[in-house]
Amino acid sequence: MRVLPYGARAAMVDFDDPSEVLGLHASLEQDPPDGVLELVPAARTLLIRFDPGRTHHDRLAEDVLHRSTVDTQPREAAEIVVPVHYDGPDLADVAAASGMSAEAVVRRHEDGTYVSAFCGFAPGFAYLTGLDPALHLPRRTSPRTRVPAGSVAIAGEYTAVYPNASPGGWQLIGRTTLPVWDVEREPPNLLAPGTRIRFTS
Amino acid sequence: MTAKIEVLRPGVFTTVQDLGRPGLAAIGVGRSGAADRGSLRLANRLVGNPEGHAALECVLGGLALRFPAPATVAVTGAPCSITVGTRAFGPGSPIPVCPGEELVLGMASHGLRCYVAVRGGVDVPAVLGARATDTLGKLGPPALSAGMTLPVGQRVLPHPGVDLAPRAPLPDVPVLRVTPGPRASWFVPDALSTLVSAAYVATADVDRVGVRLDGPVLSRARGGELPPEAAVPGALQVPPSGQPILFLADHPVTGGYPVIAVVEEADLDLAAQVRPGQRVLFRLS
Repeated sequence: MRVLPYGARAAMVDFDDPSEVLGLHASLEQDPPDGVLELVPAARTLLIRFDPGRTHHDRLAEDVLHRSTVDTQPREAAEIVVPVHYDGPDLADVAAASGMSAEAVVRRHEDGTYVSAFCGFAPGFAYLTGLDPALHLPRRTSPRTRVPAGSVAIAGEYTAVYPNASPGGWQLIGRTTLPVWDVEREPPNLLAPGTRIRFTS
Repeated sequence: MTAKIEVLRPGVFTTVQDLGRPGLAAIGVGRSGAADRGSLRLANRLVGNPEGHAALECVLGGLALRFPAPATVAVTGAPCSITVGTRAFGPGSPIPVCPGEELVLGMASHGLRCYVAVRGGVDVPAVLGARATDTLGKLGPPALSAGMTLPVGQRVLPHPGVDLAPRAPLPDVPVLRVTPGPRASWFVPDALSTLVSAAYVATADVDRVGVRLDGPVLSRARGGELPPEAAVPGALQVPPSGQPILFLADHPVTGGYPVIAVVEEADLDLAAQVRPGQRVLFRLS
């Protein structure tokens, strides 16, 4: 774990093991150091935005380096079940590329228990970890200009649900009618970092 | 009855902006808000609004508005000609508008973004706590178009009793102070010194997301993909071309390219006024 400077108002904690991101995030949320304004988890990093009038990089680094990064948050209460129609336009391509039948792809995707690691790309777009390594495939060589809201997709080590219609290059294997993002709802996102997710057909 | 503003001509590109949605990056929502926050705050103060009220951010000018009810407005940011009816006004002043009069902004002579505040604020519905249009995250009201009407809120503060807020002219070649970024070590040792000694030119690709710059290539010392990581306004992200992109108000919440340096928050308003074709200098702070 390294704490890197990111301007005068932020620090970036860089991890070798991605599982440590949620652990440090939980620790800092439960017991925030003075002056911390915002925590933004990502794939291998945690950004800490702070008020430079109340703390500084070295003091934060000192605090962070003494914390446990073991994720101890209970997850059972936060499990979200996402119903899926596995009829995505890339399902056959995914099956061919991974050397199995479409039915086997669906079974492998449904069997996983996923954890939301971080959001990005678009409001409410959650990168879910826990995808079966047999389904780790690159993004499409040419992204689509429009992916419908609710598309269930995979790319690399992640699976995701597109919260809104947007361009996108992930492999689309299905769709859900569950609104994972709604600005009228509080909170607007269903798949906050740390949430456990299961997909079911 | 709620007062309204009628949009006669939207100009080049005009959006409703306030101070944005801080603190929501973890759910994929960026801060957004005015690109030049100091100009938004000043325009609001001049008309007796709280600093964070929603106003209009107009790229390069060309905006024409009609006010059916009496109003007080102020224009700040990039300097442009300002007329109300047949009267001409300067920037940085409260301007009285009579019922039925039109406010017309000419094209900005320097800088990029003008701000038009109206006493009471632009009272469009808030989305996630802000009225700002996030062009990348697709939140907030749509960009202005001819025929649209905008509601004006209730005035809440007394008039400030100020006739003019003088401001230093925008520099021809802005100098933006930077500190090394989290991935400075991903670049060859002299990349950072190249960034802070050479001149960069803003390309035509300038919007609320960022300023794509053209200048000496910033070479990577190591290959490999960077997994997505959070970005901040002012980040100088360097894609494989080696030409940096300076992130502004609507930057992606997570970016996939290494950040070599970060422009100081105090210089971001200046960065938001950089025009396509303009030279920019970076200096280590």
